[in-house]
Amino acid sequence: MKMSGAEILIKSLKKEGVRHIFGYPGGVVLNIFDVLYDEKDVELILTRHEQGAVHAADGYARASGKVGVAIVTSGPGATNTVTGIATASMDSIPLVVFSGQVPTLLIGNDAFQEADIVGITRPCTKHNYLVKDIKDLAGTVKEAFHVASTGRPGPVLIDLPKDVTAGTTEFKWPGDVSIRSYNPTYHGNKWMIKQAAQMITKAKKPVIMAGGGVILSGASKELKELAEITKTPVTMTLMGLGSFPGTHKLSMGMLGMHGTYYANNAVQNSDLLIGIGVRFDDRVTGKTSAFAPYAKIIQIDIDPTSIRKNVRVDLPVVGDVKNVLIDIIKAMKEQKSQWGAVRNAWIKQIDKWKKEKPLSYKFDKNIIKPEFVVEKIYEVSKGKAIICTEVGQNQMWAAQFYKYDNPRKWLSSGGLGTMGYGFPAAIGAQIACPDKLVFDIAGDGSIQMNIQELATAVINKLPVKVAILNNGFLGMVRQWQELFFKERYSHTRLGVVPDFVKVAEAYGAVGLRAVKPDEVEPVLKEALKIKDKPVFMDFVVDWKEKVYPMVPAGAAIDEMIFEEEEKKPEKKLKAVK
Amino acid sequence: MRHTISVLVENKFGVLSRISGLFSGRGFNIESLSVGETIDPAVSLMTIVTSGDDRIVEQITKQLNKLIDAIKVIDFINIDHVEREMILVKIAPKKNDKTEVLKLAEIFRGRIVDSGASTFTVQITGNESKIQAFIELIKPYGIKEFVRTGKVAIAREGIKKTK
Repeated sequence: MKMSGAEILIKSLKKEGVRHIFGYPGGVVLNIFDVLYDEKDVELILTRHEQGAVHAADGYARASGKVGVAIVTSGPGATNTVTGIATASMDSIPLVVFSGQVPTLLIGNDAFQEADIVGITRPCTKHNYLVKDIKDLAGTVKEAFHVASTGRPGPVLIDLPKDVTAGTTEFKWPGDVSIRSYNPTYHGNKWMIKQAAQMITKAKKPVIMAGGGVILSGASKELKELAEITKTPVTMTLMGLGSFPGTHKLSMGMLGMHGTYYANNAVQNSDLLIGIGVRFDDRVTGKTSAFAPYAKIIQIDIDPTSIRKNVRVDLPVVGDVKNVLIDIIKAMKEQKSQWGAVRNAWIKQIDKWKKEKPLSYKFDKNIIKPEFVVEKIYEVSKGKAIICTEVGQNQMWAAQFYKYDNPRKWLSSGGLGTMGYGFPAAIGAQIACPDKLVFDIAGDGSIQMNIQELATAVINKLPVKVAILNNGFLGMVRQWQELFFKERYSHTRLGVVPDFVKVAEAYGAVGLRAVKPDEVEPVLKEALKIKDKPVFMDFVVDWKEKVYPMVPAGAAIDEMIFEEEEKKPEKKLKAVK
Repeated sequence: MRHTISVLVENKFGVLSRISGLFSGRGFNIESLSVGETIDPAVSLMTIVTSGDDRIVEQITKQLNKLIDAIKVIDFINIDHVEREMILVKIAPKKNDKTEVLKLAEIFRGRIVDSGASTFTVQITGNESKIQAFIELIKPYGIKEFVRTGKVAIAREGIKKTK
């Protein structure tokens, strides 16, 4: 039986197990939307902006581990997805984005709503396709899901000319995908694994640095096992939060520019650094020439291009993190070392650092400190919520003061640093996990970048809790201006911030506000009671509050600035013997 | 350090721009590039010449390997290989210099492939240093036009030793 291209597309999506699509209609995708009108098994969630659709698909993917799907129209619809695709690309999130395209014969003619989206997204997708023949459609969809979700995951775009979705042909679903030039390495080299095991055995002051790759690979259990049997302390990158329990006694929290004193010191004094699913981003390493100066570095990653890209690596292991960790654990168990005795001094030293300078802020009973709001969110959600963030101070406080014990509970734009990511991502996460509590920790700047998605949340009855840390400023940039630009607050004071309570109400959502610290908890508890619509919580916070500790740009990560001693970088600590 | 890299790719539209995008997106320059079909018409071979320190070239080859449409990547730096390039030079010598130019072309085993009232077009094939030497020698006689194909390379059989 012949089917239209649009029908083939939706049938292919069903074959791939897709239940939810985020999207926005338009001229050249009318055929697809017409098929969706009667469709029972696949639900399209209409966002209010194409960027929101892609971020929502991204949040859906991060929270569920499935591939996120978005469908948009050609031209502006397609170009509006670029920020969302680039965000997913930097964080290795599996997405398949379908964009409409003008009919094949008009491509290249500057037709109405035409954009070369395949050309535009080439550098920010894992791969992309232009389907020129309807016969290739089903096979391309299958291949796209395969490419997006295997190896190092990433976004894939498929451009669909109008005549391809409107035409008809037989539906043929390919049995298998085989791409001769795409064969990711899943198992680590045996010799390398043996070497890694020996290096871990020999090390006196090892540190595990876990990243987003651990979560993508589903290797949290293995990571915990390795850390526990070898008594190795663990620090996480921003993307790695939740890959190892934040409340575990071996956890040192996040490292890097706003990492903890103890994590940064541990890395700088370690004699072995085991990077697992990390790419040594500049926000993590600070000055690379002074990064982990006494350590041998092992890097485990499925993507060979991540290895030795930013820092020297003594032992690379290319493979899927989970498989490699299973093999290393096996090798470690054969070695029967007395780990406790070997590591005690090192763990003691780290505990000393933990006591010396824990993450802290000065509580004030008259004005709300943003860190206090995050702590209270942790309390009322009992640490079990899915936390999405925007980008800036809100993101850092949410990373520092909420403890993530499980993977896929922390959704944040790490690589690209996209303001406006958190709210649509929270919508996607709530659709993927309808029974979970979902928060977006936002700033008053970034929430305004995708505030239109309130309508999406209201109409779908999504009880997303948005905590706006409202300081009237673009806080992180203001912080840099205060510290490094003589307090010249050029264009970071927002001036007119809308009344977020009224905005929420105008959309049919609930708006709440707290201006005193003792109002924070009641507002949160009130918000938790609402189960059928989104809530905006406007927390009017101290605008002077800054994120600490902080490593200034270009400094080594143990040259931190702390709250009490602003502008005076600490003298570098000597290596601990 | 200069590297000659061969990339076997799927013969599809957009592949060249994926490859060149890898270079331009990282600020790396392509010094020469030649592309042609292989015996299998579904596969093309690109020969790229680029420069950079070991870390840059390691990144380039890894990134090329990562492209879905790239089937195989070979960096010839540690492989014994034959390299060839061809140039066509249109030379406009003064009347008195004509024999001199023809002699030079002969020494370099060049072939005269075209001739006009006052010009010769010489075809020279060889490795880079030979071509460079010919250009230097012929320059004073007046080069009117000049094209080069870019390098192609192939490994020597049997002795793929690592330097």
